[in-house]
Amino acid sequence: MQLTINGRAVTVPDSDGARNLLEYLREDLDLTGAKNGCGIGQCGACTVLLDDRPVRACRKIVADAAGRRLLTIEGLAAPDGALHPLQQAFVDHGAIQCGFCTPGMVLTAHAFLLKNPSPTRSEIRRAISANLCRCTGYQQIVDAIESAASHYRR
Amino acid sequence: MSEVNPPRAWRNDAVAKVTGRARYADDLKFHGLLHAVPVYTDHVHARLRGVDTAAAAAAPGVVRVITAADVPGSVTFGQILQDYHMLAGDTIRCHGDVVAVVVAETRAAAVAAARLVTVAADPLPAVLDPEEALRPGAPLVHERHGTNVINHHRVRRGDVAAGFAASDVVVEQVFRTSFIEHAYLEPEAAVAVPRPDGVMEIYGSMQHPFSTRRFTAALLGVPLADVEVRSVPMGGGFGGKDDTAAIVCARAALAARLTGRPVKLTYDREWSVRESYKRHPYRLHYRMGLTRDGRIQAVAVRIVADGGAYCSVTPWVTWRSTVQCCGPYRVPHVACDTYGVYTNNVFTGAMRGFGSPQVNFCIEQLVEMAAERLDLSPLEIRRRNMVRQGDTTITGQVLDTHVVSLAQVLDRVVAESDYEARRGRCAHGRADGDELYGIGLAMSYRGMSLGAEGKDFNSAIVNVQFDGSILLETGIHENGQGAESAMVLLLADELGVRRERIRYRQASTSVIPDGGTTVASRGTLMGGGAVVHAARALKEKMAAVLAPRLGCAPGDVAFRDDAVWGPGGARLTIEEAVREMWQAQEYPYAFGVFQGPQVTWDEATGQGNAYFTWVYGCQAAEVTVNRRTGKVKVLGMWAAHDVGRAVNPPMLLGQFYGGMAMGLGYGLTEAVTIDAGRIRSLNFDRYRIARATDLPEMHATIVENPDPLSPSRAKGIGEPTNELMAPAIANAVAAATGRRYCEQPVRVDAAELAGGPAGAEGTEPDANGEAPCN
Repeated sequence: MQLTINGRAVTVPDSDGARNLLEYLREDLDLTGAKNGCGIGQCGACTVLLDDRPVRACRKIVADAAGRRLLTIEGLAAPDGALHPLQQAFVDHGAIQCGFCTPGMVLTAHAFLLKNPSPTRSEIRRAISANLCRCTGYQQIVDAIESAASHYRR
Repeated sequence: MSEVNPPRAWRNDAVAKVTGRARYADDLKFHGLLHAVPVYTDHVHARLRGVDTAAAAAAPGVVRVITAADVPGSVTFGQILQDYHMLAGDTIRCHGDVVAVVVAETRAAAVAAARLVTVAADPLPAVLDPEEALRPGAPLVHERHGTNVINHHRVRRGDVAAGFAASDVVVEQVFRTSFIEHAYLEPEAAVAVPRPDGVMEIYGSMQHPFSTRRFTAALLGVPLADVEVRSVPMGGGFGGKDDTAAIVCARAALAARLTGRPVKLTYDREWSVRESYKRHPYRLHYRMGLTRDGRIQAVAVRIVADGGAYCSVTPWVTWRSTVQCCGPYRVPHVACDTYGVYTNNVFTGAMRGFGSPQVNFCIEQLVEMAAERLDLSPLEIRRRNMVRQGDTTITGQVLDTHVVSLAQVLDRVVAESDYEARRGRCAHGRADGDELYGIGLAMSYRGMSLGAEGKDFNSAIVNVQFDGSILLETGIHENGQGAESAMVLLLADELGVRRERIRYRQASTSVIPDGGTTVASRGTLMGGGAVVHAARALKEKMAAVLAPRLGCAPGDVAFRDDAVWGPGGARLTIEEAVREMWQAQEYPYAFGVFQGPQVTWDEATGQGNAYFTWVYGCQAAEVTVNRRTGKVKVLGMWAAHDVGRAVNPPMLLGQFYGGMAMGLGYGLTEAVTIDAGRIRSLNFDRYRIARATDLPEMHATIVENPDPLSPSRAKGIGEPTNELMAPAIANAVAAATGRRYCEQPVRVDAAELAGGPAGAEGTEPDANGEAPCN
């Protein structure tokens, strides 16, 4: 079957279709940015985007991504390595501590801003409410997302 | 910070983390890597007669099944008492005990085979309540220890009988707190790689590389020099990645030793919650006597901490509780008895706050309960009793080596939160609508770093390269808090160089001397102190060589603006300066040590200079309580903390916000549920940490009174921010409802609210001291 991962076509044997998507990304494709924090879809550390919608990779199988655009954190920066404005905002606002939630948090925020580029702070909070962070208290994450929103309005 | 390093959000690992390139322990791969998983039983307390591994060993893909019988070194270890069985031997003492480790070619094969391990065991009576564990004839958790008492700390100050006799009012209350899960987002993980030179190399998610090395060396029966623990990015610790994380590393190393191949041992969330230690639940029975004008005369308190099945650092955690049992108040007469007690529950140990969240939850409510009896405001009773410059603590320590800024942080929070105006709006159980409004605050002082728990020193290595780039390493570990970045900024500031010159080395226990554990809010204080001392040693060494070139005496050489200067404007670039050093056959290299100033402690009386410096903090919370549902909504949170000096302000604010958020969870939602010794809240669906929508906007105020005893002038912040929000919320809920909530977490029963406010009376306990809160 055909997957499009971070803009690149990937051919996957049908026999791998039933495998756990998170494990496949991490172990077979070395895309280790998505993390396993709970294994039951509660924490959001494994969030990836399918056709710009956030999904929990730990609760998906490879076949769920067939024929769709899959974006992992590794695919968000420009090909030359320049950070996406949302990533840069996370850096600039001190929104990163241990970093384990960061990939899933950034992708959840990215999908949200694509849909709503002029959000209020409480809309931002609702958008990330299913992504757990134990370090930051979310405040600087909300700051970062709020500040990056302008880049999505162009 | 100097002008070459403008103060904005910066950390050395931010780009790696935001791009997903940062490699955590479970992200690492090695040729020939095997996978290990732990095997548990369903017993809580049992005599273990045998572990049958035959079926598991024969399962597809299984390489080895390891039990206690396979351990070449010592299967027992511990930081204080060597009572932890890294693999259970003849006894199972709690539901998290591991009886075997299955090692296989794949993780799936290991998980499947683990189900095939069986045990023969005879159940023993379990003791699950620490008060029961203290009674004569209770089952012993560790027979060889002879008692279930792990430790007993005391404070004996003045004459409490005389103090109560001189009191006009006595408030008495029993409080209870819960087991708390650290809930670091990354579960424990370790990779052990047997190196050709005979060294076992470990990459692990842990916050104490040196303890990890000791646990591993003990289990393998090898010298410390034969184990090298290397730091990798770590997904949060909060005090929770010390013992258990070290043991996970040690088991991976044992598997690697016995198979001769690299082994990865990654925990899933359920194993992590089941096995890892928690914050201690306490039962605290307080009596406080005051004169009519609100001066505290006496405090008597008995604290019983559930230590669970293993000692871990229970004696140290409960020692801090003992030292800080009266909050930041002057109390002339104190009798405190604190017991750490073995039970067959999950073991308990270090967690952010380390014994202070429990006592603060009580004492900061108790002073307000006293104020209500005396018709004083919450601010007035605090101002009449709080420590000020030159005052003496309950352990006899005179606070005169630094600025005692309690009044300052209190005043800042009162002003920022508009506390007095909002206080006037509090419902006290009476409102027209369903929402009862309240605001509350809490304050503390906190001894910094380890205090009299242990020897406290740290080191740093600064190694300037031939091209002017600089390598830095310290004995402090990056737990996610930004320790490395703080060290880089301190070094850049002290040397007057651009921070881009400095690379923080991936730390290794084989290079930097054992600096102890990165806990106790000691990273910036102790590691930063070592960095400052190393930088000064380096400057002295360079000045001696460069002074003749700059036409001045060594004492006149200045380091600033990314260059080295003489007094008349003579200047060398860093690159030129380094070349001069090479010409002189002098390495621009320095080793710096910061030795914590002397502390003292007398265990019999609980008197001494417990900590060499203290931080002062105050937090407030504004809530509404819905009287139909009992739901508490937090509308605003404020904090002011005196950090000595702010090194990296945006990351410092991150410590404020993160600590306040975790404190909200402690106040309102967090409690590990345990059913007959078996944890039921094993994952985030049943253990609720704060979400973005649970939190209001937070307001942080950084107060800086540079500390003369800290070489960097900075103190610490990780824990102070996490020890005050729960009592602030409890006080806010009391102001809203007119009722006191003396069990953590605060849970408001709407049916009780229907009865109206209860007032502060009715807090006299029954014969067992079991006063209902209301």
